[in-house]
Amino acid sequence: MKELTILHLYPHEMNLYGDHGNVLTLKRRCEWRGIKANIVAYEPGDKLPKNIDIIFGGGGQDSGQSVIQDSLHQLAPTLKSLVSAGTPALVICGLYQLFGKFFKTFDGETIPGIGILNVETIGGAERLIGNIVCESEEFGEIVGYENHSGQTFLSKGVQPLARVVRGAGNNGQDGFEGARLNNLIGSYLHGPILPKNPRLADFLISKALENKYGDGALEPLSDAAENLAHQSSASRPR
Amino acid sequence: MTRKSSIAIGKFVRKVARLRGGGSALPGLVIEKIDRSFVRDCLGQLPKGVVVISGTNGKTTTTKIVTELLESQGLKVFTNNTGSNFMRGVVAALLENINLRGELKADIAVLELDEAHAVKFVQAVQPKYSLLLNVMRDQLDRFGEIDHTAQLLSKVADATTETVVINREDKRLAGLSTAARQVYFGLGKELISEFPEDDELLSRSTKKQPSSLSADVVLSSIDDNVAEFLVDGKRYSTPLALKGSYNIFNSAAALALVRQVLPSAMVQALVDGLASIESAFGRGESLTVNGQLLELFLVKNPSGFQLALNSFAAGEHDTMIAINDNYADGRDMSWLWNVSFIGLKSVQMVSGVRAADMALRLKYDCVELVKVIEPNLSVATHDFCTNSTRPKRIFATYTAMLEIRKILKGRKIL
Repeated sequence: MKELTILHLYPHEMNLYGDHGNVLTLKRRCEWRGIKANIVAYEPGDKLPKNIDIIFGGGGQDSGQSVIQDSLHQLAPTLKSLVSAGTPALVICGLYQLFGKFFKTFDGETIPGIGILNVETIGGAERLIGNIVCESEEFGEIVGYENHSGQTFLSKGVQPLARVVRGAGNNGQDGFEGARLNNLIGSYLHGPILPKNPRLADFLISKALENKYGDGALEPLSDAAENLAHQSSASRPR
Repeated sequence: MTRKSSIAIGKFVRKVARLRGGGSALPGLVIEKIDRSFVRDCLGQLPKGVVVISGTNGKTTTTKIVTELLESQGLKVFTNNTGSNFMRGVVAALLENINLRGELKADIAVLELDEAHAVKFVQAVQPKYSLLLNVMRDQLDRFGEIDHTAQLLSKVADATTETVVINREDKRLAGLSTAARQVYFGLGKELISEFPEDDELLSRSTKKQPSSLSADVVLSSIDDNVAEFLVDGKRYSTPLALKGSYNIFNSAAALALVRQVLPSAMVQALVDGLASIESAFGRGESLTVNGQLLELFLVKNPSGFQLALNSFAAGEHDTMIAINDNYADGRDMSWLWNVSFIGLKSVQMVSGVRAADMALRLKYDCVELVKVIEPNLSVATHDFCTNSTRPKRIFATYTAMLEIRKILKGRKIL
């Protein structure tokens, strides 16, 4: 039986709103294909598992971000080499920001990120809140819900995940949402993002299988319920 | 403008708004415009002052329990039981209860206010007592972060003149420093693990210990709806009509508060008074529909939904879940993923504007969805209530719950 290890970064502090659903989606979509999925929750002070096939990290409150700060910086070299080696990863909201270079808060404090993504985040005066629809060449239409005060800007040459159709996205100004690097996806989308955008989930699983077993082919699943929820979400007002 | 004329106008607007099927918003807005000190003056005359009850979960139930306990002790209580826990709900309730001379015939006001409106309210009227229930994830699209919600409640505590009654098990509240005296209510060792805070809902956590703060009222055990309280160190037990462990915990909060308002009341009399108090509208409320038991559960946030699911064994019940995403429900559906539905096994009907999201959530917990998704609440409710002879439960978000109750009444199957 094929087996994947999914690292869930800081589920205690960085699981503000439904991020657990992303891990659950990866797990079920593996299981429904006969692939065993081991979820490893990582909290500050823990030892990392040996083989990490997928990395996931969610969003947290400001107070949560400061609790995990030291631990995240200790992990940085390992995470960096995993991402450069093509390990698929998904980071949402708070950890998307901290995977970048820094987060300069609205009060002027600078929180250093781990710099895997060449992006910068500046705290804004108002929160960007609401349903969001965006379009990606790679993954098609992506729907979700955003709720962030940080405004993230991609440095030159960094690929966005998608272009915003309706909503704010990274910063409400340049029309970009999220960031892409190798097999890493950074995004502001809660909702959570994976259940209603199963193509993203399958991308992560497929890349993990390809890395580990040399074959990323996936058995197709019936996504009727996923598509219905996706359409329903896309049709809701901001 | 004189007080008398603003009251007359307010009462008139309220009547017209009611006739048109509207709620409490308009009279509140009108009074705010023409008479800024209306609320302060009306409530300032009450001999026993004002009680504010706030927090994420349990406001309505607790306010109902406090009101009924105080009434059982002979007090005349003014309360905003119209379901609106915004400032304007208080105005609407006042307009209904005062006479044209501006007199409010009551000894005390017991007001349920949502966190943001509680802050607004205490700026106008300083409460003598406040009761802070909990801070949970709820409508983060409205309040931003939970820590921010805790700050709102801290402002309510700051404005309180005499006593703040606090849930000692809520780590964001137990640390508040206040000028007013603090009194705690809490849970006994055996119950503590049954009340997860939502930081703990899904993460691995060490076994939770009761707080070391000493509490005036502790809910020490619940056995088949017989609750045991430790009050001032002595044991008291009573059967309760209230259902669900979280509702019963609210009665501990209410007891602690009432003991502050009426320090000479006999504890046994208060505990006995709890026995017959029924659940508030949609909070485990029982109806009979087509000769079958139908229980309604309002679900607003992950911890409340989880507690409602955990408190009542799935057993031989049919289940319907109705999820709307109007402003009052919260627009973000993410919260459904912080609730575990695994205990349900099967669900007969999902409905509401975001029925598809609910169905998808159930799919990923491998809960069998017996019928198709029916977003139309009227069709779904009727279908659900007529299709089997088993007892039934409906879990619904706020606006879905309002609509379902209207449907049940309108069809005269109540």
